[in-house]
Amino acid sequence: MKKDIRISCSRENLKVVRDFVNDYLATYNLSELQLNQIILAVDEVVANLIIHANGEDESRSLCLSINFVNHAVDIDIEDSSPISYRPSTFREPDMNEHVRLGKKGGVGMALVNRIMDSVEFTTSGTYNVCRLHKRVS
Amino acid sequence: MKITQQATDTSLTLNLDGELDASSSVILDTELSKPEVLDYQKILIDCQRLNYISSAGLGVFISHLQRLQDANVKLIFYNMQEKVHNVFEILGLDSLMTIVPTQAEAVAI
Repeated sequence: MKKDIRISCSRENLKVVRDFVNDYLATYNLSELQLNQIILAVDEVVANLIIHANGEDESRSLCLSINFVNHAVDIDIEDSSPISYRPSTFREPDMNEHVRLGKKGGVGMALVNRIMDSVEFTTSGTYNVCRLHKRVS
Repeated sequence: MKITQQATDTSLTLNLDGELDASSSVILDTELSKPEVLDYQKILIDCQRLNYISSAGLGVFISHLQRLQDANVKLIFYNMQEKVHNVFEILGLDSLMTIVPTQAEAVAI
């Protein structure tokens, strides 16, 4: 089973990434809810990297690798954008406020943080890695 | 994402078919942004064939909810798959939006 994939920074590749994660995890008998949650967390991070960090520049790419060991899923998402996400800027969204203001965005990382057991961002120069970890039952 | 719709004098039903993500959600946003949406008493969202939703899809509904409420238009979801409902739950949106199991219940509200 292929454990990594490289895509160009186009929104249309979000479906490619979701299908890749789904196909990889299909053999591990996760519940439908857990599988969907992991796919969602990956989709949110990849969408942020494609749209915000890399400006949907299709000449840029990112690489995703996935591994299932000891009842846990580890996913690394690497890119080389000069713009890296700073977790310290994260604020829990107030959903009533989002509705009142009609905000379209700003809840993706809340989903990621609530779904995964750990979410780490590391940067070395322009090499960025987001590492997602989740134990599954 | 394919969206088909049916209208009555008082309600507009949008049938969502496919996946709502950062790529496809613009189609839904275009539909809900049309001024004539505010002419109805209810906007019914049939989620039976909605297989996936990300924050971008949720964001479309979040961004239109206040506008609809201000115009006394009810936004009602029905036939939602459990995995899609779970995404609403993670953010607590299930308590801010009207989600019912069946079309009959949606029509009765």
